[in-house]
Amino acid sequence: MTALPKPGDSLPERTHKPDNVQLFFYNAALWNAHRIHFDLPYATDVEGYPGLVIAGPLMGDWLGQCVDDWLGENGVLLNLEYSNRGAAYIGETLTAGGEVKTLDAATGEATLDLFIRNAAGAVITPGKALVRFALAGA
Amino acid sequence: MGLLTPELLANIGKAAAPRTEVVTRRDIRKYAIATNQRQRKYLDGDEAPPLYHVALFWDVVELNELNPDGVSIDKLLPKFPLERAMAGGLNISYHSKIRPGDVLVGHRTLTDIYEKEGRSGPLIFYEVVLKVQREDGSPVITEKTTRLLR
Repeated sequence: MTALPKPGDSLPERTHKPDNVQLFFYNAALWNAHRIHFDLPYATDVEGYPGLVIAGPLMGDWLGQCVDDWLGENGVLLNLEYSNRGAAYIGETLTAGGEVKTLDAATGEATLDLFIRNAAGAVITPGKALVRFALAGA
Repeated sequence: MGLLTPELLANIGKAAAPRTEVVTRRDIRKYAIATNQRQRKYLDGDEAPPLYHVALFWDVVELNELNPDGVSIDKLLPKFPLERAMAGGLNISYHSKIRPGDVLVGHRTLTDIYEKEGRSGPLIFYEVVLKVQREDGSPVITEKTTRLLR
């Protein structure tokens, strides 16, 4: 058992730069045919976006990975929430990260604040998670 | 205010027919690769990553069930007086892990419809709860989706 995290600890950040192939695979895995994700003339001319839109739940998945990779085998994810507040487009570099907000040493439960941030520094997908660390001797 | 008629609000509580899906290693692997996973247990399909159920319970619709923009028509939802979909959010509670061979049943319910005044006009919010269970009814995932229309 490793030491429990402390409020203020940062989760390791990871950058994502999805391309057309990844976005195609993702939407194919879902069976999502929304044209804004693969039809560039439709996305720009009809919907008025500056490019192909990165799927919202893909960014939610990156938040899940951020927490899950950090937890490893030391704990479990109990709850994850996120909100897609701003759009992101193919070609952008996005960063997933987070911070420990609270820790209950008696239960091993910690709350986390999470984010997907674009290159301009704007948080486009904020999130939160509740995790539980295994306690020594438990 | 006042976009939400009693007829519209009467849809709260409406449930879709339960859907049963079989989890396969192949589908977990595809999902893990598409999301740029790094953990071997997910890339090999030994276990499903935390957001995998989003793909598993996305509606499999036929081509003639798609709108011209490629979006599937969600039959659980009434026709809302506002149609431009804005931000959406998910709140997911985890009860047990998903592995290949699992048989999972998804129950979707429209649990709320409400209206708020936004900066540039009225906004309609709706909430859909997806309960993913095993065939014996034991819980796997509870997910609440909140969507916002303007």
